[in-house]
Amino acid sequence: MSTPRWVRIALRITTLAVLAFIYIPIGIIILYSFNASKVATWPIQSFTIDWYVDAFNDPGIRAALTASVEVGIGATVLSLILGSLLALAVHRFGFFGREAIAFIVILPLALPGIVTGLALNTAFRAIGIELGLLTIVIGHATFCVVVIYNNAIARFRRTSRSFEEASSDLGADTFTTFRRVTFPAIRTALVAGALLAFALSFDEIIVTNFTSGAGIQTLPLWIFNHYQRPNQLPLVNVAAVLVLVISIIPVYAASRLTADPASVAGSRS
Amino acid sequence: MTTPAVAAPPASPARRAAAALYRHPRVQLAALLAAPLGWLVIAYLGSLALFLISSFWHVDPFSGNVITTPSLDNYREIAGDPIYQIITVRTVVIATLVTATDIALAFPIAFYMARMATPRVRGLLAISILLPLWSGYLVKVYAWRLILAENGVLNWVLAPFGLQGPGYSIEAVWIVESYLWLPYMIIPIFAGLERIPGSLLEASADLGGRAGITFRRVIVPLSMPAIIAGAIFTFSLTLGDYITPTLVSNTRFIGNAIYDLVGVAGNQPLAAAYAMVPVTIMLVFLFIARRLGAFDAL
Repeated sequence: MSTPRWVRIALRITTLAVLAFIYIPIGIIILYSFNASKVATWPIQSFTIDWYVDAFNDPGIRAALTASVEVGIGATVLSLILGSLLALAVHRFGFFGREAIAFIVILPLALPGIVTGLALNTAFRAIGIELGLLTIVIGHATFCVVVIYNNAIARFRRTSRSFEEASSDLGADTFTTFRRVTFPAIRTALVAGALLAFALSFDEIIVTNFTSGAGIQTLPLWIFNHYQRPNQLPLVNVAAVLVLVISIIPVYAASRLTADPASVAGSRS
Repeated sequence: MTTPAVAAPPASPARRAAAALYRHPRVQLAALLAAPLGWLVIAYLGSLALFLISSFWHVDPFSGNVITTPSLDNYREIAGDPIYQIITVRTVVIATLVTATDIALAFPIAFYMARMATPRVRGLLAISILLPLWSGYLVKVYAWRLILAENGVLNWVLAPFGLQGPGYSIEAVWIVESYLWLPYMIIPIFAGLERIPGSLLEASADLGGRAGITFRRVIVPLSMPAIIAGAIFTFSLTLGDYITPTLVSNTRFIGNAIYDLVGVAGNQPLAAAYAMVPVTIMLVFLFIARRLGAFDAL
């Protein structure tokens, strides 16, 4: 099909405009974090890195950062185990309710976060589990499992079953085949999934809000609780950039991993 | 035989367990499924079920205690109170507008990526769109709060034209929600367009279909599942968002109403009943999406 010339030009311009639309707000928040003034007035008159120094010495931000990292690691590890087991089962076996499982897994993504958060909150209170680090981890794992599952199942679909059969034919048992054939084939997909899960968890606020107790604040919660205090504005800006950077790095790493041509060896397509 | 026969490996316990597992695939399946299924069913579906049940409870107006005798009072209150109706309609309208806006913005860039860009540019664009999809939800809303502020960037840009930005308003919510969920629309449409075989487009051209007709009659129908898949995200994410309206408007949406019912009023059962509104909307949406084959495009 030959696309008319004016359409090609229009598409190119729209693409650039959409990219600008996506990135300009991100650029602006980064600029604001270096704003020397305590009020957010545009254009910025002078720049400083003092707020970064202040933020790193702020006990509230430090505690929130620690909590966020702990929650992120906890949720990632939990969902890594559950998500990969589930992907293996769904990929390898046909069983009653298989379709239903594939549907339930994506529910936490398709249902509004406030529903998941509130439902978990209700359950925790009914059972009598005290809200804290553990309940946030459980809350985050609901949607992190999906990420791991999706990454793993996509890789399974692209990996030929014949490698595993060859391994069996050569005398390897189930465990050996898993260790030496299946796992290496999905390893990068799992790492990529884990990085994405960590990023999702690190930046989550809606479910966190309902599953965190009074004592614990993740970094996004800290921002949410402080953004309206005028004297905290510079610190909120720095915390925002911190969340942005720490969640973007794993996503970038994950996209590099899945783009790696070596990782799709044995792919059918 | 010139090659020596391979000796059978010693029957270690692990080896025997593996053999037993191989002979009993059901056991293998059960072992794989136990933990994740237990998790999904107990932790997730269990909470959702309890949540649903709790929507039939009510809070004693005098003592503030939760009474677990089931009744439809909460649902009656929600159906009867015009405030909840207004909030529901307002939220569905904004979610629809956001979805439409994102389709309009996503299609051109997805089309460019899938069918015009060189592989290198396509990779770069894919990464540039994936990066903000996964990160910085609250940060992006907060950035818009600064941009839309009285002395913010937007008013500064518009001032020379004698214009003013929307400030903190419903329009602001529309812009920010469209901004937030745009990548969720671009990625599925891009994947959907990439899957359309070039031969179909050539066939359309051979049969005399010009670019416009090919677009309308071949490309759009074939990318419908992808568009619906994207719409699941943009619609659902807008439906439950209470952060964006809080930060960039003074208007209440479903998410805010639920949040306030729990936090301010302390009426969890009523909040649960109201939360069934977006849940029902999403379930209907998902059901239709599945009938239209959008799940394969997720």
